[in-house]
Amino acid sequence: MATAKPGTGDQGLWPKIKWPLAALALVLLFNGLFTAGFFQVEIKDGRLYGSLIDVLNRAAPVMLLSLGMTLVIATGGVDLSVGAVMAIAGAIAALAIKSGQPLMVVLALSLGSAVLAGAWNGLLVCVLEVQPIVATLILMVSGRGIAQLLTQGQIITFSNRSFEFIGRGTFLELPFTITLVAGVLASLAWLTRKTALGLFIEASGNNETAARYSGVHTRLIKLLVYAVSGFCAGLSGLIVAGDIKAADSNNAGLWLELDAILAVVVGGSSLAGGRCYLLSSVAGAILIQTVTTTILRRGAAVEFTLVIKALVIVVVCLLQSEAFRNKVFPARRKEAT
Amino acid sequence: MKLRIADKHIPIAATCAVCLVLYGVASVIYRGFFSANVLVNFLTDNSFLGITAIGMTFVILSGGIDLSVGAVVGFSSILIATLVQKAHLHPAVAITIALALGTLLGLGMGALIRFYSMPPFLVTLAGMFLARGMGFVVGLESIPIDHSFYKALTQVRLPLGPAVDLPATALIFLAVFGIAVFVAHCTRFGRNVYALGGNEQSAVLMGLPVGGTKLRVYALSGFCSALAGVVYTLYTFSGNPIAGTGLELDAIAAVVIGGTLLSGGIGYVAGTLAGVLIFGIIQTWITFEGTLSSWWTKIAIGALLLFFILLQKLVQGKRPG
Repeated sequence: MATAKPGTGDQGLWPKIKWPLAALALVLLFNGLFTAGFFQVEIKDGRLYGSLIDVLNRAAPVMLLSLGMTLVIATGGVDLSVGAVMAIAGAIAALAIKSGQPLMVVLALSLGSAVLAGAWNGLLVCVLEVQPIVATLILMVSGRGIAQLLTQGQIITFSNRSFEFIGRGTFLELPFTITLVAGVLASLAWLTRKTALGLFIEASGNNETAARYSGVHTRLIKLLVYAVSGFCAGLSGLIVAGDIKAADSNNAGLWLELDAILAVVVGGSSLAGGRCYLLSSVAGAILIQTVTTTILRRGAAVEFTLVIKALVIVVVCLLQSEAFRNKVFPARRKEAT
Repeated sequence: MKLRIADKHIPIAATCAVCLVLYGVASVIYRGFFSANVLVNFLTDNSFLGITAIGMTFVILSGGIDLSVGAVVGFSSILIATLVQKAHLHPAVAITIALALGTLLGLGMGALIRFYSMPPFLVTLAGMFLARGMGFVVGLESIPIDHSFYKALTQVRLPLGPAVDLPATALIFLAVFGIAVFVAHCTRFGRNVYALGGNEQSAVLMGLPVGGTKLRVYALSGFCSALAGVVYTLYTFSGNPIAGTGLELDAIAAVVIGGTLLSGGIGYVAGTLAGVLIFGIIQTWITFEGTLSSWWTKIAIGALLLFFILLQKLVQGKRPG
């Protein structure tokens, strides 16, 4: 299992989540000082509106992706296919709605295929022992092709009140997406913290051989995390499809896999695996969306969004790099040891 | 012993075989597929993919990955177009600036990877956002290039036969390919890249300049992507900030199809050329067919990726250890 390095205080969730939270606090502070009405929240038609709610609502797809991605990254893998799986789930849902299926069948079909897609990745990774980045690259490339094949490259629009609720509904005066994310977060957190599953996942990522010798069924664990990642991607795809009342295979989830990986890493989980900080990843996703929303609210030219995003990533990652911290804060290092 | 050597060459042999079989079958099915013009078009249409894939080959051989290449293509193309059309610089100067900036970006990413041991995946992802964003900052829309120097460059053609000649873009691609083969197999740098990708720890223990090699690999990839951006402007006579979107994945796929292991240390630049040609054949096939839609390209590439990865597994599985 993971042994925290003595003297660095590298234990528990707090040391990891403090960086994205600190960055988030900075961005929010900036907004509090310079962006008028950023913290304004008002109730319209029985629903809360405001920039903060908007951030949470818009971050929902990436938050969901990052939850599944956290588990995958914890086993030392990575899932590039989530964006394509979102497109597939959206396409299947739209086709099922078009053919007049009841909601339960629509959900079962789309989420089922997303789980299958995830399991396919898992199969490649754990049975054929393909590198995760390559295994999921296959589905990333061909998955979008399959989604486009399903919709024949068209945007399929639909109208189904109960399905649209997933992406546009209001629950407890908040966008339903927030409840959805909270639900997934709570169940995954429970599974990883209150059952042995979390230990098994982190063990598989830390030292697969050692984990296997200690009796952890590492292959099954890996298969499972990819399936969960597929499920999260499917759910995320349904949110996007429900939100725009259409399945757009060309653009749904495009490049979101990168945002999700980013959220996880900004959240402090090492890409090398062995750690899983679900809440921290969600904080990372919120941070990314807050930065984007801030730029939009400030009326800064959209073209700067990517540049600023790049700089934020580099800064957060530098702060997490031990080599960098030792160089920049040598005094603190001495105190600690 | 004899078998071991053959094993090492199986992936690249399979790539070449698939390349030839695809081309052969297409030539039998479609009239006009087997012509010098189509062959030349493979090189011309895929020259910028090919050049980025060659840079990517070195990065992957060293055990890293570079996601920024597509964005750098877009950035350098719009930069050149803006410098030439808006700032009225001579294209040669604009091209030099673009190449220098591309190399610099690669060097910067290499430095972050080397000095702060940050994961290449993440650093180059940030590099991708940065380059794409800078491209949008330079110009939001496609800018056509109209300059006598560019017109003169299109006149540069290597005649191969009656009515067939290689344009400048294909020539640059072939030249880069030739130099890359030389660098990979006949220079100290090339051997260091293989050693680094094979086993970084052993490379350090052997006293090889691991850090410097990492820096140079990313700088090289940055240079290749910027050059691909130059080729893009030559090919389309314009600069576009969204040029090369998703190119990084095509490049990675071409490298993998070309038989290079993503774990590093094993592979050939020649394989990448075959991988790029397979891309070209599939795309041309779909164009010739006419009824097939573009998404079949993605599905076919995915299937090929799967095939080659399984093949690599098979070959690796045979090896002792």
